[in-house]
Amino acid sequence: MITRLPHLLIETLEGLRIALGAIWANKLRSGLATLGIVIGIVTVTLMGTAIEGLNRSFLNAVSTIGADVLYVQRFSWFIDSWEEWLKAEKRQRITLAQVKAVEKHMRMAQAIAPFVETRRPVKYKNRRSDSVTVIGTTDQFQFTKGVSIIDGRFMTAPEADGGRPICVLGATAATNLFLIEPPMGKRIRLENQLFEVVGVMEKQGDFFGEFSVDNAVIIPLQQFVSSYWRYPDFQIQVKVLEMANLEDAKEELRGIMRRVRRLAPGAEDDFSIDQQEMFLNMFKRVSRTIASVGLFITGLSLFVGGIGIMNIMFVSVAERTREIGIRKAIGAKRRAILTQFLIEAASICVLGGILALSIAYPVTLLLKKHLGGAMSPTVVGIALAVATLTGVISGFFPAWRAARLNPVDALRNE
Amino acid sequence: MSLIHIENISRRYQMGEEIIHALRDVSLTIERGEYVAIMGPSGSGKSTLMNLLGCLDTPTSGRYELNGVNVSEMDDNQLAEIRNREIGFVFQTFNLLPRSNALHNVELPLIYAGVSTEDRRRGALEALSQVGLSDRIHHKPNELSGGQRQRVAIARALVTNPSIILADEPTGNLDSKTGTEIMAVFEELSDHGNTIIVVTHEEHVARHAERILRIRDGLIASDENVAKGAALTAP
Repeated sequence: MITRLPHLLIETLEGLRIALGAIWANKLRSGLATLGIVIGIVTVTLMGTAIEGLNRSFLNAVSTIGADVLYVQRFSWFIDSWEEWLKAEKRQRITLAQVKAVEKHMRMAQAIAPFVETRRPVKYKNRRSDSVTVIGTTDQFQFTKGVSIIDGRFMTAPEADGGRPICVLGATAATNLFLIEPPMGKRIRLENQLFEVVGVMEKQGDFFGEFSVDNAVIIPLQQFVSSYWRYPDFQIQVKVLEMANLEDAKEELRGIMRRVRRLAPGAEDDFSIDQQEMFLNMFKRVSRTIASVGLFITGLSLFVGGIGIMNIMFVSVAERTREIGIRKAIGAKRRAILTQFLIEAASICVLGGILALSIAYPVTLLLKKHLGGAMSPTVVGIALAVATLTGVISGFFPAWRAARLNPVDALRNE
Repeated sequence: MSLIHIENISRRYQMGEEIIHALRDVSLTIERGEYVAIMGPSGSGKSTLMNLLGCLDTPTSGRYELNGVNVSEMDDNQLAEIRNREIGFVFQTFNLLPRSNALHNVELPLIYAGVSTEDRRRGALEALSQVGLSDRIHHKPNELSGGQRQRVAIARALVTNPSIILADEPTGNLDSKTGTEIMAVFEELSDHGNTIIVVTHEEHVARHAERILRIRDGLIASDENVAKGAALTAP
């Protein structure tokens, strides 16, 4: 009893056998033909990995902004033009009195924290850390910023008001100042004043140094005002009660701000309320731009690579016209010949893809150091799928020609 | 029912402005089990006839019934299937795949028939033993002598159990001693009931057959039955 398998499976296996044999017999030629594909796949892999890494580290960093926190300030996060900046520059500052008013009237908030920052050098004994972010805020900041303490505690409300010289250190600031020594209870020097360390925060992760409080020293607002800056320009951070009511809360906040800043009805807001979503939108735009530029380059190199493959497949078909004649004479249908050459084209491209991945892999390890993205299975899968597809598309025309050869003519070919 | 039944077949080719009549109104019947030689000088149309009989080509007009099936109007894919099932080719230049060993060359028609791996191997080994090449299955064509290559080709023709074995100048590339050996293989196949059609221009090759068709200018010039074994007395 002769068992019959699906023809396509048998033909595919035979096609694969022939393809690998043919590629092996023409190693140099196949290698050169696939060069364009290699370049294309290297680009697509590196691009994919870079974008993924960028995404991940950005999202991680931007999560420290908090999706349910509104930020009120004089300067918007997104100033597109010099005119806009000049306009914002002319606005009155947000004062402590206005912060108090918001704290008093805002109903849809879980936590409200005033926030001021400046960059200063910080010293401990003979160690010095330049340009540490010094933040003045209240106890509420731990809720608006969502900081977690790994050692000690955050400041208390009386400390925030009373101005005892204490401080809470960001993870990076702590390791920079206290290599191995435990920082708790030590006194660090900011300008000419000593601050006792009462807590160290967990590392948050940043995006090119932005967003996190890793390299920061947090001191009570009163201390900040009296030591550095008498009338600072405050930012108010408002963590809303319910994420679902974010927009309502924003409206409430806006109303309060307009009232306390005595804006006439119809007058433009002279402050800005920003939120995490805006960053996400901006980032999406930027990464979309990067992706489309990358896609264009990738597409171009794959196109050129595809032409190379098509060329080499025409050569392969021409060289093996007689073989095609033999196969057709003994019963290969058009589909079988088509499959055979498509598989050959796809195999060259997939081998190119594998070569490309092995070139790209070490580079992605370098990228990983800076962006935290590794070559993911998704990227590998996409790269190989793209390679296969390029092979099939560019191999189709030569394969179709081979499939349509007349067996009598093909057999006569020397 | 005859194995091959050809009625008023013509085949014309366009060569630039000129139309070449390779076959003109040929009719022919071949029964199962016959051993037929087709003879004729080059340009007589015997290659065209062989291509038509082998379903490699279709006639311009006329009807060709193979095993009761009209194949004269089939398309490329249907003809491929018919060739695979009904016809075993043996060529002058062997036409083996150079990179494949004997076993795989013989398996090839079974691959296109969709036969499973084990059955293919079994069938190919059997065909190779039939032509006396069981000890050469892993050799590639360039590691075999001309006679051995032609035996591999015969095994490949036999492996699907076709209705016709169609040989085109099977001894054309062989020395006379090897040629005689190959003709002996055909003789044996004929004795076992296979239908064999040999196209040749060599009289002593044709003498092995029981029936000799002579083609001239696209027509059958003569069709004679000869006594089997006449070759033994030929010069």
